[in-house]
Amino acid sequence: MRRGLTPSQTVGPFFHGGLLREGMNVLVRQDTEGQRIRLEGYVYDGDRAPVADAMVEIWQANAFGRYRHPLDQRPVPLDPGFVGFGRAGTDDAGFFWFETIKPGPVPFRGGVMQAPHINVAVSARGLLDCLWTRLYFDDDPATATDPVLRLVPEARRGTLLARRQPGTVPPVYRFDIVLQGDGETAFFVFEF
Amino acid sequence: MTTVAPRDPDVFPPYYYEAYRATIKRSPRQPLVPLPPTLSELTGPGPELAALHADDADLTRNMGTGQEAIGERILVTGRVLDERGAPIAGTLVEVWQANAAGRYRHRADQHHAPLDPNFLGWGRCLTGADGVYRFVTVRPGAYPWQNHPNAWRPPHIHFSLLGPTWTSRLITQMFFPGDPLLEYDPIFNAVPPGARERLIARYAHDVTEPEYALGYRFDIVLRGPLVTPFEPFEAAEGRS
Repeated sequence: MRRGLTPSQTVGPFFHGGLLREGMNVLVRQDTEGQRIRLEGYVYDGDRAPVADAMVEIWQANAFGRYRHPLDQRPVPLDPGFVGFGRAGTDDAGFFWFETIKPGPVPFRGGVMQAPHINVAVSARGLLDCLWTRLYFDDDPATATDPVLRLVPEARRGTLLARRQPGTVPPVYRFDIVLQGDGETAFFVFEF
Repeated sequence: MTTVAPRDPDVFPPYYYEAYRATIKRSPRQPLVPLPPTLSELTGPGPELAALHADDADLTRNMGTGQEAIGERILVTGRVLDERGAPIAGTLVEVWQANAAGRYRHRADQHHAPLDPNFLGWGRCLTGADGVYRFVTVRPGAYPWQNHPNAWRPPHIHFSLLGPTWTSRLITQMFFPGDPLLEYDPIFNAVPPGARERLIARYAHDVTEPEYALGYRFDIVLRGPLVTPFEPFEAAEGRS
């Protein structure tokens, strides 16, 4: 018997105490394997005004491309120093950041691999459900042929690219999220 | 074959719902891009996220003052289930709410109602093997907001659940039975009529504890894989 799903509701403007804790946007520890990266971005609304009460969550594979989850039983190493989940609130400018590692590639279907990517979910006052998207790395050669990115209309693929900021070591990638209008981020709906 | 149920427009509110003004500039205008779930969507963060303290699920006590929050003490419990009715164990349930006077401990809340020095307004717990969560808290108050003239949010508790997969991530609100403010609340009414009652807890006399607190039951059903999704990924093993 199918159970009726529970509908979503907005996170509202007062989620900070309930959902955000110090350090949740830092996914790395000293012993974490992989290339350190910093992600930075802004969340904007349809007027390009900053969304100061948004929450951005990320979920990613470790440096070897393995997810810490019972479903991922592939013979790829788990990193004891990495869980793969992060959460950040935006500040008054709509700004958020994460410190993490660049994930390894994970499979798509039929033996095809996906380019390194980070799964992103956005919640905010005024969003009656989360919005789900993905972040890809503009300087990774695999990005151009990623099987999921190719499902996105070509003109919109650029909205999923995190752009390496010149001269940054470790690399800083810029990834803005536009909820509506010009440059609107491509968001996904999960369907078979 | 692996699948998840599609986002059901008879259950989920639309992103654009004019009566809730904040949606007007924040809802996407472009169509959402259909994505067949991959390992990235069918995995998700699990219970290792939670370093829980014993008091985390008792909002009447978890301010840490040694004193008790003011208000009508209530017990809120329920099961977290998948669409097949199976309990989901080890799910982190995070809640936050206004105090009994209808005020949040948050710098953006300027409602001229008192803050309670013994009430933080947030808590969390993990579901047990039977999918059950349980919180001790106080009944939140209604509060005004500026969405429209004479706008009041009905008393509610915010719930956040990550669930078994990235696709099951859910943020919702629990309301109280018989609340006359529900019919005026555009956030509640953004949910299609047939699904609204799923957001209303039921008074549960078997949860109520004598001489202590009234009990409410609120079950939550999360999206998840409808079919055990192992096959497609085993095929890719040799290439990873």
